[in-house]
Amino acid sequence: MIPEIGLFALILALAVALVQGTLPMIGAARGHDAWMASAVPTAILQLAFALAAFLALMHAYVTSDFTVVNVALNSNSAMPMLYKISATWGNHEGSMLLWVVILAVFGAAVALFGGNLPPALRARVLSVQAWIAIGFLTFSLFTSNPFERVFPPPLDGNDLNPLLQDPGLAFHPPMLYMGYVGFSIAFSFAIAALIEGRVDAAWARWVRPWTLAAWCFLTGGIALGSWWAYYELGWGGWWFWDPVENVSFMPWLMGTALLHSAIVVEKRDALKSWTILLAILTFSLSLIGTFVVRSGLLTSVHAFATDPERGLFILALLVVTIGGSLILYAVRAPALKAGGLFAPVSREGGLILNNLLLSVACATVFLGTMYPLIAETFGYKATVGAPFFNLTFLPIMTPLVAAMALGPFLSWKRTDLAGVVGRLKFAFLAAILATAITLYMQQGPVIPVLAMGLAVWLFAGAVIEWSGRIKLFQTAPGDSLRRAIGLPRSAHGMTLAHAGMAVVIAGMVASSTWKVEEILIMRPGDTTSVAGYDYRLEKVERIKGPNYISDTATITVTRDGKAVTEQKPEKRIYTVQNTPTTEAAIYTTALADLYTAIGDPDGKGGQTVRIFFEPLVPWIWIGSLMMMLGGVISLSDRRLRVGAPRRKRPPTLAAAQA
Amino acid sequence: MSATAKDTIKDGIVARRLIYLAPILFFVVVSGYFLWGLNPERDPRVLPSVMIDKPAPEFTAGPLAGTAVPGLATADLKSGQVTLFNVFASWCIPCRAEHPFLMDLAQRGEVAIFGLNYKNKPEEASAWLRDLGNPYTRIGTDEKGRIGIDWGVSGVPETFVIDGTGRIRYRHWGPIDKDALERTILPLIEELRG
Amino acid sequence: MTRKRRRMVLVLAGLTALSAAVALVLYGLKETVTFFYSPSEVQAGAPPQGRAFRLGGLVEEGSVKKQGDGLTVEFSITDMAVSVPVTYRGILPDLFREGQGVITEGDLGTDGTFVAREVLAKHDETYMPREVADALKESGVWRDEEGSK
Repeated sequence: MIPEIGLFALILALAVALVQGTLPMIGAARGHDAWMASAVPTAILQLAFALAAFLALMHAYVTSDFTVVNVALNSNSAMPMLYKISATWGNHEGSMLLWVVILAVFGAAVALFGGNLPPALRARVLSVQAWIAIGFLTFSLFTSNPFERVFPPPLDGNDLNPLLQDPGLAFHPPMLYMGYVGFSIAFSFAIAALIEGRVDAAWARWVRPWTLAAWCFLTGGIALGSWWAYYELGWGGWWFWDPVENVSFMPWLMGTALLHSAIVVEKRDALKSWTILLAILTFSLSLIGTFVVRSGLLTSVHAFATDPERGLFILALLVVTIGGSLILYAVRAPALKAGGLFAPVSREGGLILNNLLLSVACATVFLGTMYPLIAETFGYKATVGAPFFNLTFLPIMTPLVAAMALGPFLSWKRTDLAGVVGRLKFAFLAAILATAITLYMQQGPVIPVLAMGLAVWLFAGAVIEWSGRIKLFQTAPGDSLRRAIGLPRSAHGMTLAHAGMAVVIAGMVASSTWKVEEILIMRPGDTTSVAGYDYRLEKVERIKGPNYISDTATITVTRDGKAVTEQKPEKRIYTVQNTPTTEAAIYTTALADLYTAIGDPDGKGGQTVRIFFEPLVPWIWIGSLMMMLGGVISLSDRRLRVGAPRRKRPPTLAAAQA
Repeated sequence: MSATAKDTIKDGIVARRLIYLAPILFFVVVSGYFLWGLNPERDPRVLPSVMIDKPAPEFTAGPLAGTAVPGLATADLKSGQVTLFNVFASWCIPCRAEHPFLMDLAQRGEVAIFGLNYKNKPEEASAWLRDLGNPYTRIGTDEKGRIGIDWGVSGVPETFVIDGTGRIRYRHWGPIDKDALERTILPLIEELRG
Repeated sequence: MTRKRRRMVLVLAGLTALSAAVALVLYGLKETVTFFYSPSEVQAGAPPQGRAFRLGGLVEEGSVKKQGDGLTVEFSITDMAVSVPVTYRGILPDLFREGQGVITEGDLGTDGTFVAREVLAKHDETYMPREVADALKESGVWRDEEGSK
């Protein structure tokens, strides 16, 4: 009965969304207040129904109701409760339902917290949001109904793909979707602004917090996915430039650009049509990401089961959403008034450089990801992997990172570059010093050594800018503290995010350059030495888990005779689908990960063992966390808080009326 | 003088408009590629172009222990009668979903249904058929999936319609449902008979 | 005027960055793109000499053997028409199985053995990499014209 209620709730959500998509829009066009106001209750109602449907599906999973096809295919009664819950969104149908719920959450949030938005703008934003919901609700109902029944029901379920039975992956999709879908708000604001024909500082101030929130979630989602790939696949890598990874990375790049260009709109009333375009493109890339993953367009190592019919439906959705918004943009954007003037060397100039480089970097990722498809139209099969992205993406990011340290020092309109460079001389010295130390400690290619210097340059630049603002060491400590407290939270947030980026870069460079890898056969009692640590295989045991059988190795790690840790890497066989997985054992120090994984036994009493020494890998996650935290701190800034100032009457309009 | 100045301004506006049109033009190209990429011919799971109207691959598969029906070989498909060749396994949940339709079809007795038990332990498969009923008049075992490769099977269940001369006339990927049965498979069987 | 000039500078900067990126992408593709070949194409000498490529097909039944060191694996990749021997040192992916689709990346040795640096096998029973499916499709035609087997 409950699955039927869920289906019914989903249909009701669609009906409510239809009302939300039309009434407020017409109301806004005719200046009808009550019609405009209807956007708020409908948005909340839509969330209630979507949530009810989602909870109904979750209920079916939690109670292992195998009469529901979706549950039978993706769950099993022996699965631990956490995975029964996360299995709800660990499949195509359920994840689309989650997508719809999150979309409704963001819509309801705008309805609830957007009290100080001009009523017409709020009505239009919520209407556009409803249209996106209509698209995905019809998709869910017509091609991916999660509540379909099977009769007679199977005795037990097919189990969740064992690779997905993992805490990291339980939370990765919701985070990622919060990011993807969060950008829909920026998109809806952009469309509403195009319909209104008005973009001003107030608009940018309303859009920024939503964009920032989505950006934080997406940063976290990507980091979580990368972390999962790192410890679950047993290959010791954290990024594979796989299409599925790339499609989540592209909205991040564009979203980062949007975050920065919206500042220019807010502060200087410039770059308006570009910011609108970025808002459209960021969400479009999120949609394209969903499309690529679901349609089987590109071959990927971790894709959902694909279906060309569904692909066609999503493509139609894409064409309507992206095509429609870009046509609207082509028609309305040329009329947007350009804003204040500035010199090339200025904060505006710096932010434009940021936008330019991020967009170009995104374009190379896009081309690289789509290239196999393009090659196929020319009749040959080809793949593009890490070497391509290293050769194209990294050279574009390098000047960006170099300029990133300078950016916060630039002032609006025009800046004396020599003065800024003068203030960064310590950062430059630190970078040189770091380069020299790295060169002394690690032999090897020159470029990674320079990249480490670049990371230090960025980190030092961020710290110097921050300490300059609070006059650290230039005045009494108490005064500095007062200044730090008085500093806007968004300034703290920016410093933390930029410093986090530096930490991430250091981690990425070090782990991909100075990784030590050893594969060998070990028998119990054998020892080997990798990067100064001694590993001794004690035993390999067979252990029975709830829905798997595991071969667990016990490896003791010592350094100079002193015990460091005991590691227990596993090779599991999930019995229902008869699928093996590798569970790596990871011991983290602040400076490196000791990473071990086991392969098959050699049949002669030995075990294949793979040992990695991964320098600075933890820094990637620490830095990502810093970036996220920086975003959250910025979000808490009073000026950015959703619902800050009232919109001033735009001078152009006032002048025209006068 | 002023006319030319106006023209240049006009040209400027046209050029500006074109810049704003660039994103949509780019998107048109991209979506064209996407549409092409969705072409079902590209779908790796559908290999009908190769197998359709070709003779069924040569094979001989032993009977499934624990059932009363005989094994299966290519010769059985050339009996002059239209037959269904259904690839199944007890571990496959969609097979369970299509099983009632096969039972129904078997009871009507219009067409012989042959089964290929794919990558399945015989005792599990026979227990499965005992529980749910056996719609097959012949079952071949393919424990290693070797015969499946020759047939181009990429997943279970799959169903082939074979005409009386042993040629493959239709291939259905995934579980048979009411729609597929009534709209495609049954009419085709009628047609092949008539 | 200044506004116009500013726009000019911006557009020029944008175009320069874009053309540099296009040049970079084209160069990158030329240098790094990896082509995919089926065993039949390898036998016909299609892959260019001295360049890494991808070889895909099915892991031939009964062909997987471990060498004495316990780490190097030998197996054959087949498209049901031609088989190519492959060696790989390392841990095979979890889902590597005989009779399943697989993609390997590496170089062709002078003795006709493909030395794989990377072996990709995914995901479940119904998954087959598109390239492999296409290659089998093509060899399937070839086999059918050849007659029965």
